[in-house]
Amino acid sequence: MDILVWLIPISLVLGGVGLLGFIYTVRSNQYDDPEGDARRILSDEWDDHPRP
Amino acid sequence: MEMSRAPVSACPACSAMPAAEALAGSKEAMKDSTISLSLPQIHCTACITGVEGALRAAPGVRDARVNLTLKRASVSAEAGVEAGDLIRVLADAGYEAHELDAGTIAATRTDRAGRDLLMRLAVAGFASMNVMLLSVSVWSGASDATRDMFHWISAAITLPAIAFSGQPFFRNAWTALRARRLNMDVPISLAIALALVTSLWETSLSGEHAYFDAAMALTFFLLAGRYLDHRTRAIARSAAEELTALEVPRAWLVDGDGERQVPVAELRPGMLIRVRPGGRMPVDGVIVEGASEIDRSLLTGESLPVVAELGAQVSAGEVNLTGPLVVRATAVGEETSLHRMAELVAVAESGRANYTSLADRAAKLYAPGVHILSALSFVGWWLYSGDARVALNIAAAVLIITCPCALGLAVPAVTTAASGRLFRRGMLVKHQTALERLAEVDTVVFDKTGTLTAGAPEVVNLDRHDQADLEIALALAEGSSHPLSVALTRALRARGIAAARLDEVSELPGYGTRGSLDGLEVKLGRAAWVGAAGKGGTSAWLKIGEARPVAFQFTDALRPGAEAAVAALKAQGKRVIVMSGDTAQAVEDLARRLGVAQWVAEALPGDKAARIAALQKDGARVLMVGDGLNDTAALTQADVSISPASALDAARVASDIVLLGADLTPVPEALEIATRATKRIRENFTIATWYNVIAVPVAVIGLATPLVAALAMSLSSITVSLNALRLK
Repeated sequence: MDILVWLIPISLVLGGVGLLGFIYTVRSNQYDDPEGDARRILSDEWDDHPRP
Repeated sequence: MEMSRAPVSACPACSAMPAAEALAGSKEAMKDSTISLSLPQIHCTACITGVEGALRAAPGVRDARVNLTLKRASVSAEAGVEAGDLIRVLADAGYEAHELDAGTIAATRTDRAGRDLLMRLAVAGFASMNVMLLSVSVWSGASDATRDMFHWISAAITLPAIAFSGQPFFRNAWTALRARRLNMDVPISLAIALALVTSLWETSLSGEHAYFDAAMALTFFLLAGRYLDHRTRAIARSAAEELTALEVPRAWLVDGDGERQVPVAELRPGMLIRVRPGGRMPVDGVIVEGASEIDRSLLTGESLPVVAELGAQVSAGEVNLTGPLVVRATAVGEETSLHRMAELVAVAESGRANYTSLADRAAKLYAPGVHILSALSFVGWWLYSGDARVALNIAAAVLIITCPCALGLAVPAVTTAASGRLFRRGMLVKHQTALERLAEVDTVVFDKTGTLTAGAPEVVNLDRHDQADLEIALALAEGSSHPLSVALTRALRARGIAAARLDEVSELPGYGTRGSLDGLEVKLGRAAWVGAAGKGGTSAWLKIGEARPVAFQFTDALRPGAEAAVAALKAQGKRVIVMSGDTAQAVEDLARRLGVAQWVAEALPGDKAARIAALQKDGARVLMVGDGLNDTAALTQADVSISPASALDAARVASDIVLLGADLTPVPEALEIATRATKRIRENFTIATWYNVIAVPVAVIGLATPLVAALAMSLSSITVSLNALRLK
């Protein structure tokens, strides 16, 4: 069961990374326009070079 | 075109962030203005690129971004770019656009409370998943040192997570307790706290049962309910605020160097303001130049326009119909009669606060019961076994199992589903308990002008005139923007009448239109002006030469769906009443057309509220549907109220539900959906109660393990949510 010493911290850190990622998306207004973002990805307008 | 390419970054967000900051910084320096536009018709991918492309190509525009969820575009442009120009650009590209008042919209943009809840929900979700994983290993047989370690790790995750994400409950419970009341949050907070204390104690004695997972899952489920509830109302609120923002308050100020457009907030008493035909009076004042007719229907409910001459008093909110007017302001902003009438609303407000929602009623029954039960099982087990640790364990299990997890979801899940359904039917539910109150309604009171009627007149007796008269009437009516003339023109054109050839057509604001037909004077206008004896009802008179004048009679056109709505309400067994500030004749005609037996005419604003209060005293639950300023007090007095989107801002604020379309048919449907929603809420309470009835004895006799608690909690929450979804 010594493996637990590694596995538990690793799982906690990975979960924490997910949580931090989520907090980042909330803070950078990525849930303001869910419908628009879902459709924007279908448009090829900015495919070749990113929007300035 | 040569583009300098940035090096490809492994993390696009990292390189985008400084770029965005730099962009924001440069914008600051150039003092750009931000313009918000409402785009009610956009719906697709092509619309986004189309609108953004058209806006970016417009001169002076730096950047444009469409938000498809809110159906808005925000444009940053050089100072001096007017919203009007951009609206024209979009109209040419085929998109309908309206300006939104930046100040009103800015207040709604950052939904701090929503973001805060979402963050707490995320932390609770993260923690409960981890703790649940650890618990699964304990349930499946981890023992001794391993179990203790798992419990300690769970404690280390749970304690800070609950300290952060449980705050809304603790705060609410504390406020309730300080006011010596009990609400749902009191048993919730107590259950969480007791579960944590017992579990810590057990863990420190290397005991078998710890409830960290239950406390965490409880917080998560309850936060999900709170978030749903918040989102439903935030959507309705932002849509309602958008309606307000659509009315950008501007006025034309007349001063030494001509005329200029200024925001209404800059107006002061004594200033001269020009009001064009079709414009709304921005201030209270006296007419110093020009003559016209004004429409006061939103303030008084009168459907007939009133003559406005030199020296006449006008009030803010009235609409100028025919001629341009110059008004000297006597009262502005807060002092206008429009604002003073809003004080009536504050008086009526107190009645609304007495309503106890179903959730509060359930909490009142439930909270003391749970606490007594838990305390009794503690005392009972202590006396029986003499072991405080066992007794505390069982008391905690009882509290957790009975904790109103499903009760916390029962109401928000249903209101979210029902509000979503009503939103698709064109209704915004603004108030939390509006649906419950709507379900109890047995009497529906309608305002007349602007609510049952569309506020546009309709000519009724065209068949009684000969062809030649109609041709002359059309030629005269075409030249005027008076609502009667506009209605006459529309009706005559629809009949395929061609206008007669007239010379020297001119409009005398406040009187009518005149012209000459082969040297013969022809007039279309007020009875007194053409020399006719006026009679009841709304009419315009046509006089040809010295012949006897003939009348075109008008009636208010019904709002679409008015007849169907009244019929459906009567079929549902509701009592329907029409209450209006208009003349008895006009109200009676309308009531008869709709088949409404009860009507009240010439009601003053205070009267309407008083009559509704009288109805309520007789035990009626009243739904008020109205749009005018004269309705606001009544809208607040009624148990629940609906106003159309065309209503004055004050009326929309006073009402619980806003009707977005022009059609009235959703009103009876809303009553029906509300009844079904309330039934679902009751069902949900029943389901939650049954879970308790089964689980509580198990907990009291000491058989509840953390596994049983987790199962009972999740099962009841899921059943309740699924039951709510049946509404869709």
